[in-house]
Amino acid sequence: MFSYTIRRIGLLIPVLLGMTFIVFMMIRAIPGNPAQLILGQQASKEAIETLTKQLGLDQPWYSQFVHYLTGLFQGDLGTSLKTRTPISDELWPYLAATIELSLVAILIAVVVGVNAGIISAWFQNSWFDYAVMLIALIGVSMPIFWLGLMEQYFVSIKWDLLPTTGRDNIRMPVEAITHLYLLDTLLEGRFDQFIEVVKHLILPGIALGTIPMAIIARMTRSSMLEVMRSDYIRTAKAKGLKMFWVVYKHSLKNAMIPVITVIGLQTGLLLGGAILTETIFGWPGVGTYIYEAIQSRDYPVIQSGILVVATLFVLINLFVDILYAAIDPRIKY
Amino acid sequence: MAELARTTPPLSNPPAVEQGDDKVISPWKDAWRSFKKNKLAMVGLGIVIFFILIAILAPVLAPYSFSDQRLADKHLAPSGEHWFGTDEFGRDIFTRVLYGARISLWVGFVSVAGSVIVGSALGIIAGYYGKVIDGIISRIFDILLAFPSILLAIAVVSVLGPSLRNALIAIAIINVPIFGRLVRSRVLSVKEEEYITAAKAIGMKDSRILIHHVLPNSMAPIIVQGTLAVATAIIEAAALGFLGLGAQPPTPEWGKMLADSRDFIIQAPWTVIFPGIAIMLTVLGFNLMGDGLRDALDPRMKN
Repeated sequence: MFSYTIRRIGLLIPVLLGMTFIVFMMIRAIPGNPAQLILGQQASKEAIETLTKQLGLDQPWYSQFVHYLTGLFQGDLGTSLKTRTPISDELWPYLAATIELSLVAILIAVVVGVNAGIISAWFQNSWFDYAVMLIALIGVSMPIFWLGLMEQYFVSIKWDLLPTTGRDNIRMPVEAITHLYLLDTLLEGRFDQFIEVVKHLILPGIALGTIPMAIIARMTRSSMLEVMRSDYIRTAKAKGLKMFWVVYKHSLKNAMIPVITVIGLQTGLLLGGAILTETIFGWPGVGTYIYEAIQSRDYPVIQSGILVVATLFVLINLFVDILYAAIDPRIKY
Repeated sequence: MAELARTTPPLSNPPAVEQGDDKVISPWKDAWRSFKKNKLAMVGLGIVIFFILIAILAPVLAPYSFSDQRLADKHLAPSGEHWFGTDEFGRDIFTRVLYGARISLWVGFVSVAGSVIVGSALGIIAGYYGKVIDGIISRIFDILLAFPSILLAIAVVSVLGPSLRNALIAIAIINVPIFGRLVRSRVLSVKEEEYITAAKAIGMKDSRILIHHVLPNSMAPIIVQGTLAVATAIIEAAALGFLGLGAQPPTPEWGKMLADSRDFIIQAPWTVIFPGIAIMLTVLGFNLMGDGLRDALDPRMKN
């Protein structure tokens, strides 16, 4: 187990290096003069020269890459061209917002998806089963940005049930401590604000959680069906155990293994989907951060934003792989 | 297809079924038989054909021009004259949704074709020659797969500049490692087969073996994965369009239509509803068809 973990981490290093290299080369791959493109047509020669120097474009790429890597190891993610602030200083609030949204989305996806899958398998070929599978089919084909817009139209605008955009009520903003607002409001003992934050999380959480929910429901169902055919489940039934316990205790335990892999994969994919969800719901997360940087051609921010999210994605997958090996004693590495 | 199947031993493909009169049914025909029995798959095929017809016939079917602006007719609700209503420039949304099918399917098919060609070439090289070349190519695949796909697409487009063509290139790039890995693993297993040894023994050239034996044996999984990849490519193109990184106005791309209309969702919800339904239906069609193809072509891939 330990040696597996070490080996798995060892395999990660070339991948992380490669990712960093791709992100690093982004700005150099821009056709023409990147500094000119960033500053626009009217820029003075001096300004272009200064920016070229600042971006290190006047030096050969290999020495600049070494420089970039050394910087990264010291926690230097570069400086935003727009705000002129080090990215590492301004990144956390955005990242926290994305993490909070992703956690809520995966929570919704797991709770609804796993239960829907279990009940579908339990009552196979019932109307409930068909309904869940139909919804799951539509769910995986749903463009999340459209789902988000529809939620806003029906839930917020037509019925005025939940807020459309943002993380908190602007009339009573949350005072950030950790920037995870659910935690902050509890730490401050402001339950009225906590409710507000929850209300703001529901719609984007559902939009972002729908695709993983559908995939988890399908996976749970097929995995449960397989387990429920096995001998020990027949034994459990034969000894007169209540069906509820057969399903939720005996079957679920074994059916969860493939489901956990899917959950891990989906948590990683959420980070990509978060970009779309955030732009719709005005959610001030990394997605919005990257999106705004693209609009203003703030390449250092685009680079670091992508690198941070991709690194997070890789680390989540690593964690899931190790967890997978840890919970399933049948797997030997 | 039948031609293809006859020249190669059926491997991953469903086993040929012997009939009473000793006629061998090609694996492709057999696959089509089980595909036909799958109702959901047939619904998917129906949806796909429907949208392909719409894409081809858009100029004939469309009642208006997709770009002519008539500000007097701005934000008209759906009616007999404008089935899906009109947008903020008075353009007929029904017409724009029809033309949008052309763009989405074109991006879907062309980008996936690109990924399949590049991915298969790299996968074959990696799998057949192995060693150092395999190591390098496989690492590149790992690295590309380590990015959340839409993020990598955004990175590529932010370098190349926003346009439909660049969005297509970005989507093609992010799908390359999927096909590359798939073909590589097929090559690795086919390589050990006896008929490959036989082909080598009679002095067949590497390139000939690759094209005549290895590639046809990778067809079934490529078709399955390709169909599913068209679905994600369509969603990704719409997502890039929605973010303003894909198609530019006045191109009637579905994602771009959503982005342009979202500010008017209160006055004119139909401007947002119909393009979204179009995206969802097309993607659903390809997903259903892909699932059906997987069940029909590769019984081992069934979950």
